[in-house]
Amino acid sequence: MTAASRLRRLVEPSALPGLGPTLGFTLVYLSFFVLLPLSALALRPWELGFDHVRDVLTSERTLAALQLSFGAAFLAACINAVFGTIVAWVLVRYDFPGRRLLDAFIDLPFALPTAVAGIALAAIYAPNGLVGALFAPYDIRIAFTPLGVMIALIFVGFPFVVRSIQPVLEDFETEAEEAAATLGANRLQTIHRVILPAITPSILAGFSLAFARAVGEYGSVIFIAGNIPMVSEIAPLLIVIRLEEFDYAGAAAVGLIMLSISFVLLLLLNALQSHIARRGR
Amino acid sequence: MPLDISNVRKNFSATPVLRDVSLFAEDGEFLALLGPSGSGKTTLLRVIAGLEQPDSGAVRFQGEDLLAQPVRERRIGFVFQHYALFRHMTAAQNVAFGLNAKPAKQRPSRSEIRKRVSDLLHLVQLSGLENRYPSQLSGGQRQRVALARALAIEPRILLLDEPFGALDAKVRRELRRWLRDLHERTGLTTIFVTHDQEEALDLADRIALLRDGALEQVGTPEELYHEPGSAFVFEFLGDSVRLPCTVNGGVAVIADAPVPIIGAAPANGPAFAYARPDAINVEIGPGPGLPAHVRNVILAGPDARLDCAIDGDGAIDVRIPAEEAAKFSPRDRVRLTPRTVRVWPVT
Repeated sequence: MTAASRLRRLVEPSALPGLGPTLGFTLVYLSFFVLLPLSALALRPWELGFDHVRDVLTSERTLAALQLSFGAAFLAACINAVFGTIVAWVLVRYDFPGRRLLDAFIDLPFALPTAVAGIALAAIYAPNGLVGALFAPYDIRIAFTPLGVMIALIFVGFPFVVRSIQPVLEDFETEAEEAAATLGANRLQTIHRVILPAITPSILAGFSLAFARAVGEYGSVIFIAGNIPMVSEIAPLLIVIRLEEFDYAGAAAVGLIMLSISFVLLLLLNALQSHIARRGR
Repeated sequence: MPLDISNVRKNFSATPVLRDVSLFAEDGEFLALLGPSGSGKTTLLRVIAGLEQPDSGAVRFQGEDLLAQPVRERRIGFVFQHYALFRHMTAAQNVAFGLNAKPAKQRPSRSEIRKRVSDLLHLVQLSGLENRYPSQLSGGQRQRVALARALAIEPRILLLDEPFGALDAKVRRELRRWLRDLHERTGLTTIFVTHDQEEALDLADRIALLRDGALEQVGTPEELYHEPGSAFVFEFLGDSVRLPCTVNGGVAVIADAPVPIIGAAPANGPAFAYARPDAINVEIGPGPGLPAHVRNVILAGPDARLDCAIDGDGAIDVRIPAEEAAKFSPRDRVRLTPRTVRVWPVT
């Protein structure tokens, strides 16, 4: 039996030709750009032995950095999910002067070099900055604290949520809303019971993307974070520090644990998203 | 008068879609809004439901000013052409929506809601499909879920926008009969929009025929069919043939053949005669009548159709009894003479 015929037995017959070449291409492409580098990462930490990996991962500094990275990314993604949804709603549902301009602004965090964004954010949120000065009298410090980390992560993750929700909202049939109104639902009930459930899968998709982006974010954070070990030091920075100390195995170990946690979380989010989406299909 | 629409006008930007429409519906009446697309019938329905606000005019229901009430307080059931079901809810959840949306004080208990939903799904013959999502239902089933959902709020009026528009011919006919039965059982004042004259003639107690945003004629199906007030009404309700003629002393002369006129005859002079294709005599051989030749004989169906090309201009389908079809074959020379016509002046 040839490999091709074995493959054919595994997959459902489809009217669309080209499974072989396209699947082959996908696997090769994925291997070169994702799987190969990541498996190198998976192999690297063990060269100084298992104990070294354990020591690195259980050190308080690493744990604090991981906690900050994932915690701040999660909170930032949550905040983005709420406000990104509102922004997407405004952009889709209302026509106002400057709407297109505003729409174009959404993508700026994608385009701006992250370091530039980081410096700009640090300047604004520092105690003597434009926004930081407003909070300074109340003894709330934003820049150089975990709060600052979160602000930077909100900034970089924001476009993902908006861009995930926008097309779904545009396709949403207004008739369903009208139906809800004729059935006696008020605006709040309509939003809560009709519109939100319909866009929840895309909110989750945007949340996942924003979260993934925020976990790995480096450039914009390090300028505003202050990078105080145990307080405002993110895991990606810790990796760079380990590299500068020529502790490649330690750096790879932190990288690997980040990769594993992210992978599991994204897998769960994807499963949740497709579970919700399937109800209405 | 239960539902009274008076002098309603509505423009979309500069285009008038409803021009001074006045219409009423009796209690328990089954009223059809009929008209070609763009005639304003759906807009009128949406005005009644409150989904559109008219520029001027009044809509009253049992004396109440409906226009002063927001959509959700009108208690008017609306069934959308494309169902507009909530896709993330099961059939039962869709039907329960209106009950669950009520303010806490008026909301029935959970068990009551469950009972009502099950009764309604039984009424629309969907028992057993409570837990299906709309995507798992056929078009006809979705339409019935939408109907049950609209009935759940015990509407004062039921509005249906092209209720069978998206269904295939057989399902349409079944649902049509079923809807008629349902209407007889519930006795609910029902207004439905359609562009299908057959549907309107079949179902409605009265038909309001709209044209370019204005009412062309309102009456029972019999009135509209047998006493059309204009050429538009005649042509819209059923197949028709238009032939140039000359009116002379109350008789229409079509290609030298005198044809009796039904209804009012216009003054002597040129006019248009309108005939039904099943009221046209077809004869072979010379004599008076429109000269034509047979292009095709179509035998499928309860009666036969002759596809005839009139010399010089146009083609018409003439219906003849099936047993006479054998007399004709393609390329035969024939003469066409309507038995009776209605005549309207050339506009």
